[in-house]
Amino acid sequence: MNFWLPVWTLWSRELVRFWREKARVAGYVGSPLVFWLLIGSGFGDLGFFFPGALVLTVMFSAVFSTMSLIEDRREGFLLSMLVSPAPRSSMVLGKILGSATLAWIQGLVFLCFVPATGHTPGAAGLVEAAGVILLVAFAFTVTGFVIAWQMESTQGFHAVMNLVLLPLWLVSGALFPMAKAHGWVQWLMRANPVTYTVSALRAPLEGHAGVPAPVASVLVTACFAAALFAVATASAGRRTARTFA
Amino acid sequence: MIVSVENLTRHYGARTALAGVSFQVREREIFGVLGPNGGGKSTLFRILATMLAPSAGAARVAGFDVERQAADVRRRIGVVFQSQSLDKKLTVFENLRAQGHLFGMHGRALAERMEEVALRLGVADRRDDLVDTLSGGLRRRVEIAKGLLHRPTVLLMDEPSTGLDPGARRELWQYVEELRDRQGITVLVTTHILDEADRADRLLLLHQGKVVAEGAPAELKSRIGGDVVILDVDSPARLAPELLARFGVGATAVNGSLRIETGNGHRFIAEAVEAFPGAIRSVALHKPTLEDVFLDETGARLT
Repeated sequence: MNFWLPVWTLWSRELVRFWREKARVAGYVGSPLVFWLLIGSGFGDLGFFFPGALVLTVMFSAVFSTMSLIEDRREGFLLSMLVSPAPRSSMVLGKILGSATLAWIQGLVFLCFVPATGHTPGAAGLVEAAGVILLVAFAFTVTGFVIAWQMESTQGFHAVMNLVLLPLWLVSGALFPMAKAHGWVQWLMRANPVTYTVSALRAPLEGHAGVPAPVASVLVTACFAAALFAVATASAGRRTARTFA
Repeated sequence: MIVSVENLTRHYGARTALAGVSFQVREREIFGVLGPNGGGKSTLFRILATMLAPSAGAARVAGFDVERQAADVRRRIGVVFQSQSLDKKLTVFENLRAQGHLFGMHGRALAERMEEVALRLGVADRRDDLVDTLSGGLRRRVEIAKGLLHRPTVLLMDEPSTGLDPGARRELWQYVEELRDRQGITVLVTTHILDEADRADRLLLLHQGKVVAEGAPAELKSRIGGDVVILDVDSPARLAPELLARFGVGATAVNGSLRIETGNGHRFIAEAVEAFPGAIRSVALHKPTLEDVFLDETGARLT
């Protein structure tokens, strides 16, 4: 069985669907942008808050576009995928790459505001940042997929987003550096996977290594994504009554 | 046997949806599974379509075990769901193309096959329309085109007439019969609609997760000899024993009426009306239907 054909078809499906609902496009970039401008201007430091706001954009976009999985389940498309002989891992990968690509593009749009930050990453830094954004987009999409697979309604999905992902972002180094945090919060930040996405992005944009170190940040993010991808593939392969919920 | 099911059982928690179901489907036949909603049809359909694992027992489709050789089964079955499975935001052909890709078809071979099924199901002129804009009947046709795209040997259809008007339903069945006759496809269809069940070559009656009868519709109906008479009476409980004493016929009370199976309906009616003047409000006579068969086997109504 061809592995890449299902990947390609599900990837392009996400893009086509997204393109046909253009209203969604503006939504995810819009609110983090306002957020960044307000907080950054308030503290008089647009530069510091930029990487965190970019991560927020990618997180919103990636996680919310995996909500299409809940629609797919409700509309039956998911079932028709599951009764095809395509390998489960290729279906999961296609679906995730589709959403990740959309999140990546929105992250790149946000990256266009870098001149306003005072950072001068240069061409190499921008290319590296684009690469890191892709990895971060993939990691958040996988996270969204694993959550969406368990959810029956989009309301439940929003609840998880607000109660889990947003707080994780708050203590990710997006709003204050780890060095300035008090005792236990510092440990919380170290245990928080979102911290590594922010620091992975800080390095190429700000031009100097921070804490956690850039290479470690990229590695942790990649391992996190890989582990959740295994979980996602395993859930898609199980045949339970839950599939029909 | 193209489908063979042995002692299939499925529990959902404490509830038993299928309790040891066994049957076989021959090649090139339309096999109907008839039963009320909640009778176990959908569970059976899901297990055969490799969507759900059985709790016990086994099923083989086209020679492969649905549990251990799922990928082999999936290549050989076409599945038409009761609920929609199309992506409404995509066009007809985009849906078909995605389906083809999931089955490893691509390029020219896929394009030709899409053309072929779309033409045969009469949706070729709507190829670039979003599924969202199609009527229920057209969507169902696209759904079937999608199920047939990869040339399955067995087509599984779950309540295919749901939401279709009588015209579209007739058309659908003509096409299903054509599939069997011209292409030798075996069709397994679940239904709770009598008209639909009547058109199957053979039928399985499912009730509370168990098989209550199996056979050709005509054969099942002929097991109930002769006619079915329904007497609308004031007091079913009082009249039933009197009918038994006088005519030797058993009468069962169904919804406040008495239901009698008898070899010669019109004579029985004449005699009964004569014998109990004033006790009978109205009389109905009909040839046995599958509803009668179901009632006879289970004591429960089908719908």
